[in-house]
Amino acid sequence: MDKIVDWFSIFWQESAEGTGTYAYTLLLGLQLTLEISIIAALVAFVMGSIVGVCRTLPSPLVRRLSGGYVEFFRNIPLLVQLFLWYFVLPELLPRDIGMWMKQIPHANFYTAAVGLGLFTSARVAVQLSAAITSMPRGQKMAATALGLTTRQSYTNVLLPMAYRIVFPPLTSELLNLIKNSSVALTIGVAELTQSARNMDSYTFQTFQAFTAATLIYLVLNILVTTVMRRIERGVAVPGMLVAK
Amino acid sequence: MALSRWVLGLALFAMPGLAQAQDLTGTLKKIKDTGTITIGYRETSIPFSYLGAENKPVGFAMDICEKVVDAVKKELKDDTIKTNYVAVTSSTRIPLIANGTVDLECGSTTNNAERQKQVSYTNSHYLSESKYVTKKASNINSIADLKGKTVVSTAGTTNIKQLNERNQADNLGLTILAAKDHAEAFLNVETDRAVAFVMDDILLAGLAANSKDPSLYVISTDSFSKAEPYGIMLPKGDEPFKKVVDAATAEIYKTEGPELYKKWFQSPIQPKNINLNLPLSPALAKQFEAPLDAADPDAYIR
Repeated sequence: MDKIVDWFSIFWQESAEGTGTYAYTLLLGLQLTLEISIIAALVAFVMGSIVGVCRTLPSPLVRRLSGGYVEFFRNIPLLVQLFLWYFVLPELLPRDIGMWMKQIPHANFYTAAVGLGLFTSARVAVQLSAAITSMPRGQKMAATALGLTTRQSYTNVLLPMAYRIVFPPLTSELLNLIKNSSVALTIGVAELTQSARNMDSYTFQTFQAFTAATLIYLVLNILVTTVMRRIERGVAVPGMLVAK
Repeated sequence: MALSRWVLGLALFAMPGLAQAQDLTGTLKKIKDTGTITIGYRETSIPFSYLGAENKPVGFAMDICEKVVDAVKKELKDDTIKTNYVAVTSSTRIPLIANGTVDLECGSTTNNAERQKQVSYTNSHYLSESKYVTKKASNINSIADLKGKTVVSTAGTTNIKQLNERNQADNLGLTILAAKDHAEAFLNVETDRAVAFVMDDILLAGLAANSKDPSLYVISTDSFSKAEPYGIMLPKGDEPFKKVVDAATAEIYKTEGPELYKKWFQSPIQPKNINLNLPLSPALAKQFEAPLDAADPDAYIR
């Protein structure tokens, strides 16, 4: 027991960055991970919904454009995308706009959050459009027969069901998103993984640093899974989906 | 008969070369016996020790070592001694010196107290300081000019630690970015995301020299740290050998230190004819005038 206490005493030591203890460093990292994940989840949900719906609309042009969006964000590695947004995009824009982008305080944080959100939105879009097309054709026909416009048939008939169908895969996407947020460290955001790495490089206490990071990610994702299950059960339409 | 033997004995004793040969110990004896001296070199420690044109080890430290070899030959009065080159890495250099495979390690090895438990060092040949690179256009001439600006360093290095400490101590109000590696940190300056990149001066010189337009950048004279000495390693506890090497390096630094520095740090170097353009620091100039082999960075503040 004493040995374990000894091992983990490192967390209460003053950190080399001089901002507090190493435990505090990790908590700051967790906070950034959460902030990035929340912003990214919102971006992913909104953009994913818009693009997902577009992929099922009758207009071929809209379908092609939204298809292009999905292929762009789905086929380029997240790491490369963050580099594109952070380092390449400001150079391609007119100089003044590029400089303005670079001067935004915490530009790397927002780049990471939005970049991760867009990357995930392509995956959400594919799942949502798959859910919409998987529903019996009769649903859409009935909505049209009732005199609903395309917009009304989506908001009142198709989407409420489609979101329920994609809820379990969306939970997976949310978990992936939280884990993928660690990629933000490549553009200098000191999120949880980077905090653990910093702690490791200053103290050489690799085991402690990464054990702590592992446990924090694990607890966070278990919490998210539990909450999402609750919501899933709460919004289930009896008899419509797989009976539980 | 008895007399002639006595005379012969006296004559033998009077011949300094022979008497010395019997006294040789350790590395000097090994070099004499085997007729070879083994030098450890680095493959990519530009400009200290690296493979240049025709895959031959060259560099600032290699030049010094070549002259040390000459001094050893002179000491042993043996011009037939051959030089054997062995490539070493960060992780093999200390064990290879400790087990006697390599007699001199000529590279960019920091001399510190921890390592002195296993190896010895001759007079330091370089003092690496934590400095910063900026674009000439940003007109930054001192650390004070950085006040309130965005500065980048590499995550997990002692440099970023020193930067954080200085930021708090001097109330500079810096925004500090932590890049994942040196190349990316430099990219932050190149693309104007940060005005300065804080790192070891020699690494900065290499990055700037290899950038798209080296003429855009300037390396600071102000530094964030004490100078860390780089030394040529030799086997521990071999005083006679160390004495020869120390005398040789002291002589080299005093007579041609600045000239050698100019050759490797301020002129185009092979294989790509890049000029590192790194000014000679006052501390290193002092070190060339009065060479030291101390591990303690404080010893070089004079």
